[in-house]
Amino acid sequence: MDQRMRVEVDRDRCMGAGMCALTAPGVFTQDDDGLSEVLPGRADAGGDPLVREAVRACPVGAVRVEEVG
Amino acid sequence: MTDVRTTQAVAFPQNRTCPYHPPQTYQPLRDARPLSRVTLYDGRSVWAVTGHAVARALLADGRLSSDRRTEGFPMPSERIAGVKFDERRVALLGVDDPLHNTQRRMLIPSFSVKRIAALRPRIQETVDRLLDAMEEQGPPAELVESFALPVPSMVICALLGVPYADHEFFEEQSRRLLRGPEAADVEEARDQLDAYFLQLIDEKLKRPGEGLLDDLVAQQLATGAVDRDELVAMATILLIAGHETTANMISLGTFTLLQHPERFAALRADDGLMPAAVEELLRFLSIADGMLRVAKEDIDIAGATIRTGDGVVFSTSLINRDTEVYGAPEQLDWNRGPLHHLAFGFGIHQCLGQNLARAEMEIALRTLFRRLPGLALAVPAEEIPFKPGDTIQGMLELPVTW
Repeated sequence: MDQRMRVEVDRDRCMGAGMCALTAPGVFTQDDDGLSEVLPGRADAGGDPLVREAVRACPVGAVRVEEVG
Repeated sequence: MTDVRTTQAVAFPQNRTCPYHPPQTYQPLRDARPLSRVTLYDGRSVWAVTGHAVARALLADGRLSSDRRTEGFPMPSERIAGVKFDERRVALLGVDDPLHNTQRRMLIPSFSVKRIAALRPRIQETVDRLLDAMEEQGPPAELVESFALPVPSMVICALLGVPYADHEFFEEQSRRLLRGPEAADVEEARDQLDAYFLQLIDEKLKRPGEGLLDDLVAQQLATGAVDRDELVAMATILLIAGHETTANMISLGTFTLLQHPERFAALRADDGLMPAAVEELLRFLSIADGMLRVAKEDIDIAGATIRTGDGVVFSTSLINRDTEVYGAPEQLDWNRGPLHHLAFGFGIHQCLGQNLARAEMEIALRTLFRRLPGLALAVPAEEIPFKPGDTIQGMLELPVTW
């Protein structure tokens, strides 16, 4: 992937399905409240192609990817 | 697109003729993808969603209500329509946001990917113990009773803090709640489960234990975040969804694999395929085949307008076999890659326990096939009864030998 990505989870929309953490475990995890978050230092997703799948898998559209640079 | 009037005559839901394929009589609905009209048992015409993209859009659309109290909510059968609704006890799938969101957030910590991963040894232990008993007894066995049902039943009991010693009681009440046969059975089963959980909550107030219900009593009931009626409704849904659905996936999944020896052999040859196989079985079997909603506002979609008060049914089995998304959807394929199937639904109501279900299926099926390599049906496939179309799909019995 040429372009850099910036990944974020909208925690107001998140309802803890865990699809992002299941689909791209190298980028997402769930905190003690069961809400998803981006793993520390992984907001650029490191070019992980599974991030796109995680965006599509999220049932509430809470995972967003922005192209940067 | 097929004219809407041609599909109007299609009754929904219908019984499957093969337990793992959608009814052949749904063919006009396939031809009319992504959206068509069907007729419910009472002659009412409602929308049927059969296309994957439209289903994703609609299931994530807050203008559709999942609350049975909303005017125009569709009923799938006379039995379910006949049940006098208890206005006090509503929860989760039966309510919309914001109430749904409040309730769901109380539960999600217990069902996260991490928490479920930590449960795996316990699930494995349960599975091993049940298979020990089956082996000790020797073939033949009825797999629903001896394995498919007790695995998720024991696991959800441990997770919730419900005594498994009561399993005969609540399994029987779940059966009546989901399949009747009469509306009176459903009502009575519901009342019995209500009474059971009210008493269990009282006991947990006096003597707290270690399950999720104990936590909810201590943290949410005590602070007034939920009342007893709501908690009873939540407990009932968690218990029933937690064992009936996965039990059906284990029984129907096993049956399906036994009917597809080539795919079965490929799976047994490569243990690493199991997670992908579980996803593919979820897609292929689509056991919750008929999710129900009603429109709270007009919605323009796929060239049609769903009007306020219109009923909407989602045929999961047809959605998960949409040829625009899945090549050769009638075939089992362990190598499809990410599936994005809608077997667990989509939107805010997507299955809360999906990661638990995945772990249970994976461990149960893997261990079953490893321990009983000669597993086979004990009677001809055509003789094995399965569940009717108006409830969660699965095998009623599964006589096996090994």
